[in-house]
Amino acid sequence: MVHWSVTRIIALVVAALGVLGIVAVVAAPANAEGEAVQGTLRELSSAPVAGVTITVSDDSGFSESTETDAEGVWVVEVPGPGEYSVLLDEETLPDGTTPPTVNPVITTADPGTPRFINFRLGENERNVQTRWDRAAQLSVEGVRYGLILALAAVGLSLIYGTTGLTNFAHGEIMTFGAIATWFFNVNVGINLILAAVLGVITAGIFGWAQERGLWRPLRKRGTGLIAMMIVSIGFALALANIYLIVFGGASRPYGDYDTQAGIEFGSVSLTPKDMISMVVAALILAIAGLALIKTRIGKATRAVADNPALAASSGIDVDRVIMVVWISGAALAGLGGVMLAMTQQVSYLMGTQTLLLIFAAVTLGGLGTAFGALVGSLVVGMLIQLSTLWINPELKNVGALLVMIIVLMVRPQGILGRRSRVG
Amino acid sequence: MDWGFIFTASLSATIGISAIVYCLGAIGLNIQFGYTGLLNFGQAAFLAVAGYGLATTVTTLGLNFWVGILVGMGATVVLAVILGIPTLRLRADYLAIVTIAAAEILRLTLRSVAFKDTFGGSDGLQQFSDPFYDLNPIAPGAYDFGPFKYNEKAWWVIIVGWSLVAIWTLLVFLLMRSPFGRVLRGIREDEDAVRSLGKNVYWYKMQALIIGGLSGAFAGFMLALGQSAVSPDAYATNLTFLIYVVLIIGGAARVFGPILGALIFSFLFQFVDVVLDQAVNTGLITFITSTQAAQIRLVMVGVGLMLLMIYRPQGILGDRKELQLDER
Repeated sequence: MVHWSVTRIIALVVAALGVLGIVAVVAAPANAEGEAVQGTLRELSSAPVAGVTITVSDDSGFSESTETDAEGVWVVEVPGPGEYSVLLDEETLPDGTTPPTVNPVITTADPGTPRFINFRLGENERNVQTRWDRAAQLSVEGVRYGLILALAAVGLSLIYGTTGLTNFAHGEIMTFGAIATWFFNVNVGINLILAAVLGVITAGIFGWAQERGLWRPLRKRGTGLIAMMIVSIGFALALANIYLIVFGGASRPYGDYDTQAGIEFGSVSLTPKDMISMVVAALILAIAGLALIKTRIGKATRAVADNPALAASSGIDVDRVIMVVWISGAALAGLGGVMLAMTQQVSYLMGTQTLLLIFAAVTLGGLGTAFGALVGSLVVGMLIQLSTLWINPELKNVGALLVMIIVLMVRPQGILGRRSRVG
Repeated sequence: MDWGFIFTASLSATIGISAIVYCLGAIGLNIQFGYTGLLNFGQAAFLAVAGYGLATTVTTLGLNFWVGILVGMGATVVLAVILGIPTLRLRADYLAIVTIAAAEILRLTLRSVAFKDTFGGSDGLQQFSDPFYDLNPIAPGAYDFGPFKYNEKAWWVIIVGWSLVAIWTLLVFLLMRSPFGRVLRGIREDEDAVRSLGKNVYWYKMQALIIGGLSGAFAGFMLALGQSAVSPDAYATNLTFLIYVVLIIGGAARVFGPILGALIFSFLFQFVDVVLDQAVNTGLITFITSTQAAQIRLVMVGVGLMLLMIYRPQGILGDRKELQLDER
């Protein structure tokens, strides 16, 4: 039987408390699951605008109206994915508010996720847009998405490299980071930036607890890699549903910097929070890369990923290396989750929905290599965004997954992987 | 708490439509994963192409029901070949990732607005199951046998479904004691050894994928007919995971593993649901709502899968020595 050491019990208790902490404070909301069009109507000064009628309709005769509430929030549930026209009734705007320049807004509801529409009151919308303008805009968005994927992919790849575990519960660490940050930000009332730091630390602790309480004991009792992979699937299923129970099915925004006006650079428009999060992500990834190349523990990590037995016999403490990988990998994934949530809000499924794309990125770069994961993520991110130039946005992930399958056919070791890795 | 009702409801679900679907799906997975060692995480895709093959043929194209069944089976074989060509040479974990991705690609495509005219978008397709129910010899009405209370339509589904289970179980039994079955098991244990005996491992794996996929196809037919509808989200990745749980409870690489697993799993799944629901409604548990109670079941499935894989990967019937799944 398994020996229950004190640290292991502490680890399990920490993991349980992490979840319970959220349970205690998050009020269970309505579980709106499925397609919806929604938004928050605010003036430029970011004061909410209440009592404005908004009508969502489509070609097949669906039409539903709603009024913005005191916070300016409005939600219209739509029957399914597809194109919808969102009309703001300008008569109902309070006096002195300049009506939006683009009205109605045509939008596409993606399957299973709400679509957020922000009417920009009293501001010139860009009159888009040539194909090249769109390509430029999408490339920048692709890089941003790629950086988010990379934050998660580096950890997944290193965990695979050092322990051999294909971790299907890695997406749930992203969600964990995002939800923890939401809890610090909205429930505790800490500013988002500080809350994100706390959330990332919490995600790192979650990684420590997982390794200490679950994965290390499994390795010690000789559980096979395939069995561990199936364990991680069970873990992912359990975690995602725990998030659903404690956080609810609805998507919720952070309390700060929710709506920001874009700043124009030529044909590219970016919000300040996007720019800052891109810079932060790039910096952190650069630091992680440097640490892998320059520091002692980084070199040890690469040695373990290369050949665990040889590394152990040359005096490297493999367990310690793996622990460092888990903590930093989980913290990075948590940060990725926070950044993802800043663009598409916090939802219990966000990590689950991203997991396959992370796998695509990691496979593309070559399983087990950190730099391959980085390159693969940027390729996948760009591919997903740029593919919407030609294909319907609802199918953009399909393109990325197809490319992954094709890469596996042509070059199964990935872009930077070595042939020997694939049996 | 009405324990009599709880047990009747749970027992009743034990033989119901979802038990049949899990069982047929798990029989297919047993051939692929249990006997051959293929980590197919896209079993939901096989159910989906079969169900949609049938529904699209009948509802969208307006062809005969039996043509639909043939199209569904044909589509399953095509899917197995398309999926198998790139992946069967890959290592086990790559196979898992690719099959799970393929299932998701399929679901997103079936769900998309672009193909709404063909596959019905997120609403799916209906009105294709009448020819199946027209064959029903049972007179309309409710029939009770002990705890099993169903109407004539449900009984018809149950009779056809469990007959299919019996046929497939017999098939697996015969296949696995033939030389073919020994080669499959040999591939699971040591691929290179089998290859050195001159067997075409790739082709054997492909056959296992196709046969297992066909069993999944019948699961897909029963799911589509039992609900008289197909909808894309019924074939999400969770369905594959549930089928894995069923197989692992019963015992992989055992002929009766899927049946035992399906019976036990369906009973427990319903039992937990009814117990929690009653506990919430009678005020015994106040800190959760009944919607959350339904979600707790999936948490329990996840934790159950973890505990099974850690403490009893061979399930109830299996032999631990036979399932030393490991590769690196």
